Amino acid sequence: MRRDPTPVPNKASHTASLSLADALKDAVLAALVAIGLFFFLIGLRSEQGPTGALEITTRLPTLAMVVGAVFAGALVRALIFGRGPIGLGRAIPPTVTHTLEVAGRFAAPALLIFALLVPVLFYHDRYFLDLGIMVLTYVMLGWGLNIVVGLAGLLDLGYVAFYAVGAYSYALLATHFELSFWICLPLAGILAAFWGVLLGFPVLRLRGDYLAIVTLAFGEIIRLVLLNWQHVTGGPNGIASIPRPSFFGLPFSNEEGGFAHTFGLEFSSTHRIVFLFYLILALALITNWVTIRLRRLPIGRAWEAMREDEIACRSLGINTTTTKLTAFAIGAMFGGFAGSFFATRQGFISPESFTFGESALVLAIVVLGGMGSQIGVAVAALVMLGGFELFREFQSYRMLIFGFAMVLIMIWRPRGLVATREPSLHLGDTKTISATMVKQGQG
Amino acid sequence: MEYFVQQLIIGVTLGSIYGLIAIGYTMVYGIIGMINFAHGDVFMVGGFIALTAFLALIAIGVTAVPLALFLVLLIAMALTALYGWTVERFAYRPLRHSFRLAPLISAIGMSIILQNFVQIVQGARVKPLPPLVTGSHTVMTSEAFNVELSNIQIIVVLITFVVMAGFSWLVARTRLGRDMRACEQDLKMASLLGVNVDRTISLTFVIGAALASVAGIMYLLYYGVIDFYIGFVAGVKAFTAAVLGGIGSLPGAMLGGLLIGLIETFWSAYFSIEYKDVAAFSILIVALIFLPTGILGRPEVEKV
Repeated sequence: MRRDPTPVPNKASHTASLSLADALKDAVLAALVAIGLFFFLIGLRSEQGPTGALEITTRLPTLAMVVGAVFAGALVRALIFGRGPIGLGRAIPPTVTHTLEVAGRFAAPALLIFALLVPVLFYHDRYFLDLGIMVLTYVMLGWGLNIVVGLAGLLDLGYVAFYAVGAYSYALLATHFELSFWICLPLAGILAAFWGVLLGFPVLRLRGDYLAIVTLAFGEIIRLVLLNWQHVTGGPNGIASIPRPSFFGLPFSNEEGGFAHTFGLEFSSTHRIVFLFYLILALALITNWVTIRLRRLPIGRAWEAMREDEIACRSLGINTTTTKLTAFAIGAMFGGFAGSFFATRQGFISPESFTFGESALVLAIVVLGGMGSQIGVAVAALVMLGGFELFREFQSYRMLIFGFAMVLIMIWRPRGLVATREPSLHLGDTKTISATMVKQGQG
Repeated sequence: MEYFVQQLIIGVTLGSIYGLIAIGYTMVYGIIGMINFAHGDVFMVGGFIALTAFLALIAIGVTAVPLALFLVLLIAMALTALYGWTVERFAYRPLRHSFRLAPLISAIGMSIILQNFVQIVQGARVKPLPPLVTGSHTVMTSEAFNVELSNIQIIVVLITFVVMAGFSWLVARTRLGRDMRACEQDLKMASLLGVNVDRTISLTFVIGAALASVAGIMYLLYYGVIDFYIGFVAGVKAFTAAVLGGIGSLPGAMLGGLLIGLIETFWSAYFSIEYKDVAAFSILIVALIFLPTGILGRPEVEKV
């Protein structure tokens, strides 16, 4: 049985640092590897010259700096941590993790109250409100994907396809048939669920990585069709001037019968942003609530049973076909809702927004947050997208940092930020168990 | 008929490149059961190392094409192999005994790192390399259409064949190959019987990366352009090829690569070029409905 390497704070491992000679040897080795890795990519740079042909320039000082940094880093690592892995238990003292655990219990209500108050606190900060809307969109997507990956245990690498279906459904219905947002929203959800079932059929017999590649292929197919079906989807130009949402029929405009006028307020463009914020908050909370309720319904129990053992599940008379299909359908439906919200918020959509990178980001949020943990997913979305914004000034470097963060979090906390799970069924008191005991995202 | 033969030639060339990348996916999957998402980007890194190496060689006066090609092949294979080793060491080895999704996420992170690293250090613009190998032979001819077989196509297929032959020999006949096959069957048992599992896995990544770099050089020579994003598309196609052929099976990867290359080429030639990727992915999905473990894959028997 495979177990997570639990980072045990170990006295002996603290003293496992190497002697200076050994550390130097390690560092020299690391520097040599760095020279090999970087000589042709950092030391030399190909640039198109004035004639259009590629010319080569050398950047040896940069190379020397990078290699020097690797040498210093390797030396410090070898002196402090030795050759073993840098466990989180050693990098962070146990008192800190304990405090975090205590704080974690209050995280959910605190975050909810904070989310409700954001438009009040940051009313004049348009940038912050927009960021909040974006974070909540990803929280909703994360919770939606959590149904498929966390509850049903099916690895889905093409979740963005349903997001795209929702967005394009809303955009096309609203621009061609002039249907209002409130009619399109359920329609978009139903259409996305329909596509979820459509994806579900071919993958019924597939498991593990076959499932992963088929879902990835499905996501790419949807994107490529959107890109090339020019006369319906507008191709790479996308669909522009998608109608904005109204306050249950009252448009956010500065005229008679508008939202501001009806309620006797002074017109402000922020009203719509605040409305959008509460709209996505409500949608996300509905996703969360439905997920929590579904876990207590027979269908939710069937998902979790299927996740743990498909064969046992079938022997007990559970129809795994419908169980899988409903998981895909319901997960996809929430993706579709999020998609139509995205379309109405942006007012413009194009296939650019629905690349594999988005699927990877949502999956990363779910896994980094701790699959099956609702609060973990929300925190992960906040941390990832917030961090992303923090590094906005560094432009091209921020994706690099993002990649390193993904790798390092997986090394230190492979089960995500919240590494405990609450079983749906328990004898006596509720208690949490380690995430290693469930098979989330393994099928 | 002539048109068909021409497309066949193009398809086989493209399929060879996919096949070489697919080997890396299938080997890693066979041994440690993870999708190495960064493998496509390792292929891209191989292409970039080859590009700068070519330019550097030209700059220092090595202009004889066969010699330059040979040197670049050596440099790119060695250094890309080093990338393969580093990636495994840094991002995958600490997760060896972790749960299944952790290495996958780590691999996606690694793919982002490699892509953006190359973008930062070499720029985001497409790099055109002037054709080094020129000339072609007319193999069939009719009034309407001449079938051309270019030298570069011959080189691509020939090198792929040589590399594959060498690789098959390595897997079938050497100590390392035996260790790899042992690890593929049962990691724990192999380590109990004295196989150095960590070393074998490292070398698997090294060999996979070296093969991917050969594919990178072929891509660079064949298309003449390279950018930091080619790894994703080629990687997804190659992984599709590996799954289509039956993941874990080495001949399957080559077969899958050829099939994907041919499907793509024929679809572009006879139907529409825009939907060539859709065709490749759709055929994968349809194939998996009827053959859930790929063409040459062994069905996984689950014991209860």
